[in-house]
This record gives sequence, structure tokens and C-alpha cells, in this order.
Amino acid sequence: MLRITVDMNLCESHGQCVFAAPDVFAFDDDDYLVYEAEPSPDRLDEVRTAAAMCPVRAVAIEGVSP
Amino acid sequence: MKRIVVAGASLAGLRAAQTLRAEGFGGALVLVGDEPYMPYDRPPLLKSALMEGTSYAAQAKAQATATDLPVPGDLDATWLLGTRAVGLDAYGKTVRLADGRELPYDGLVIATGAAARVPAALTPLPAGVHTLRTRDEAAALRAALVPGRRAVVVGGGFLGSEIAASAGVCGLDVTLVVPEERALLRQVGYSASQFIAGLHHSAGIRVVGGRRAEVLDGGARLTAVGLDDGTELAADIAVLALGAVPNVGWLAGSGIALDGGVRCDERLRVLSTDGTPLPGIVAAGDVTDSLGHWSNAVEQAAVAARTLVHGDAAQPLAAVPSFWSDLHGVTLRAVGRPDIADEERTAEYNLAGRHLEVTYHRAGRLVGAATIGRNSRLAAHRRLLAESAFARA
Repeated sequence: MLRITVDMNLCESHGQCVFAAPDVFAFDDDDYLVYEAEPSPDRLDEVRTAAAMCPVRAVAIEGVSP
Repeated sequence: MKRIVVAGASLAGLRAAQTLRAEGFGGALVLVGDEPYMPYDRPPLLKSALMEGTSYAAQAKAQATATDLPVPGDLDATWLLGTRAVGLDAYGKTVRLADGRELPYDGLVIATGAAARVPAALTPLPAGVHTLRTRDEAAALRAALVPGRRAVVVGGGFLGSEIAASAGVCGLDVTLVVPEERALLRQVGYSASQFIAGLHHSAGIRVVGGRRAEVLDGGARLTAVGLDDGTELAADIAVLALGAVPNVGWLAGSGIALDGGVRCDERLRVLSTDGTPLPGIVAAGDVTDSLGHWSNAVEQAAVAARTLVHGDAAQPLAAVPSFWSDLHGVTLRAVGRPDIADEERTAEYNLAGRHLEVTYHRAGRLVGAATIGRNSRLAAHRRLLAESAFARA
């Protein structure tokens, strides 16, 4: 199972995760980041890129080091 | 491949090393860094150096460690820090270090970054003149941002505007000197630069447009910055934010094509002067002849590392550039290439509400977008750019 968390205390809405994995991360109508906590495992590559691209390292994948 | 040397121990070098391991490289990994520090991150470096408004050593130290990039415990690399690479034998596959050591390699990642550009006409720099690129430079600048001082910031790009805004927050009397009519005009066009000019104005920052710094007066210690129209701006400190020069001096005579940085193909293979890739050499980050942005360095580092491991099977770099700038309490974000547009369309311009949305077009095609406080709109434009056959150049 693929499980992700975003530390919203760190998140600065840079949007790099939305760019990297648009089916997992998005901005809502109020411009806050929303995301699917347990996306399909076939999204692993995109989610890994999303975590790597986050400038404030707010995206964590369970069991995967940054 | 038994041994890979990464020349440069900053963001791009570290990310390349991490990707090499993630892609299964099990050989010896050596990172060489000229600064005596483990990899640190530049954007928070600027923020912590400038945004706090105080200059106490203890705070500076706490902030400095906060900019350290996390290094995975299982990276299994050898770190040669405080050691500069001074020469490359691209055919003998050896890197020469300042202390005389020679490092043979099977694969080489060139990630030596860039240094602040200082025009020769302004040197030697009197005391009180700063640049901002490294951790040490950030600490020195931070200590100089004393309330009440007169600061002249020179430079029309993002860094100049960010430093001017931050110096204003720190209580300095700030003048920003820019070569064009307004700051950021060349980078993000008419509308967004107008918006930033409005923010500068509200913050009490004087902007002198269409001028360049020509002379730094004062001998040993700065007293004034002289402009190209003869104007003298009295100053206690000056900050030169005039762009960056890739650190390629050590590659002179190596056979690498060096014009405006290390020249690479779309897989980040380093090209020789005759245009062919050199064996086993890739490059990433600000040392390349590409756009120097955070996300660009990270994307290049991953592609460069995969190219070393997988060769032609590696995916070429296909990302849409993106960058941001924090100033006056807002974040200007951009995707694509606003700088190459021949037309811009302003969908929203609300200075009081801190909202901006501009798209950039070239020959009628979308090439970029910039927003303030409109993240979902930026993401939508970014998606269109990624889906279109958007070419990086």
C-alpha cells in the first residue's frame, strides 16, 4: 500500500507536488493543498518525484526515505 | 562502473548522488565540495539570512543549521569537503584537487555551481559591499543589515528585489538600482513587474530605473555608489545582485564546451567543443548553461544521474521550468519561460488584494504563466504547458 503525508506546517504551496503528480495532489478552490493519502500504488514514481521536488520537504512517503 | 566522482557538494551534487544510489549504483561514490560545509539549501539560506531582521550570532547559527539538506544515512559516500577541484583530464578520466590529489573516476557529475558575478570595473570591493550566494556571504550580509543604515542594492533580477525587500523589513533605508525601467521587467514582463514595483513603493523602497552602478566610492570602506549618469547615492552598505557566473574555471582546457556554463545535451551529457558527448561525464545545476532555479537543479540532477547509470535508456529532461520569489510578504510564482514571450495577457491584477495572474505567449502559443496568490490557476497553466509540445528553449 502506498501511503503519503504532507506536513502542512512546512507546506508553502510551491505546487511542485501538484506539477509532478496532478492526480494525487491539487489545490482546492481556496488555494489550499489537498491530496489523496492512499493513492494507487502505480502512482509511486510520480509520488516519489513529488516528494523529491518539494522545496520544503513536506511530502513524506511511508517507508521511503526522502 | 566502479567509481563515480561528484564535483560539487550542494543541492545538485547531493541529489545526483541520491539518485545514483536509488538507480542501483553500488560502487564507490565520492563528493568533492569547495566549501567546508555539508550540502545546504539556498532559498532558506536567503530567507533566514534576511527575513529575521536581527543579526545576533546565535540566531544566525541556529538558522544556518536549519538550511542543511538531509543526507540519507545509507548514501554510503566519501565526502571531501573544503577541497576544490582544480583540473579535469576528460580522456584520462581523472579529477585533480587543490591539494594535489588525483581522483580517478569511471563516471563524473559536474555540479560545481556558480558564484556571484562582480564586474571587474567595480573591483576591488570596498568593505561594506556584499554579494549573496554562499552561506558565508549570507552570514556577512545578515550582520550588515543594521536598522537605520543606508543600503544600495544593485540588480534588476529576483535576488536584487528580494534583498531590497528584506533590507527594508530590517529597517534600512533602501535604494534599488535596476538597469531597466523597472525591476524584473525582463524576467516577468510588464504587468508582473508593475505589480512588484507597487509592492516596492508601498514598502518605501526607492527604485532608480534605467541606471547601472559604475563606481564604488570610499576606498577602504564604502561611502557612496556612483551611477552611470553621474548620480552619487550615499551608502553605508551596497549589495551587488548582478547574476551568477558558472564555476567552470577548473574545466579550462579540458575539452568541454564552456559558453555561459557547461554545455550539455538533453540527457545532461557534457559536450566537448566539437559537440560530441564526453565519455562518462554529466552535469547538473547552476554550472550548466541553463536557467538557474531550484527545481531546475533538482530535475537536472536526477536526469544526469540516470544517464550515468542507464545511458541512452535514460529519459531526457522534459520538465517545464518553474521558479518563485518571496518578497514583501507575497510569493510570485512562475512556470515556463515568461522571459521569451512576445505577448502577455493579464487575467487578474489586484494589488490591494495581493492577487495576480498573467499568461505569456509567443507566436500565439502559451509559453509561461506567473501568479501571486493564485496557486490553482498556476497549476492549470503548468498542466497546459506540460501537455503542449512546450520546448524549453
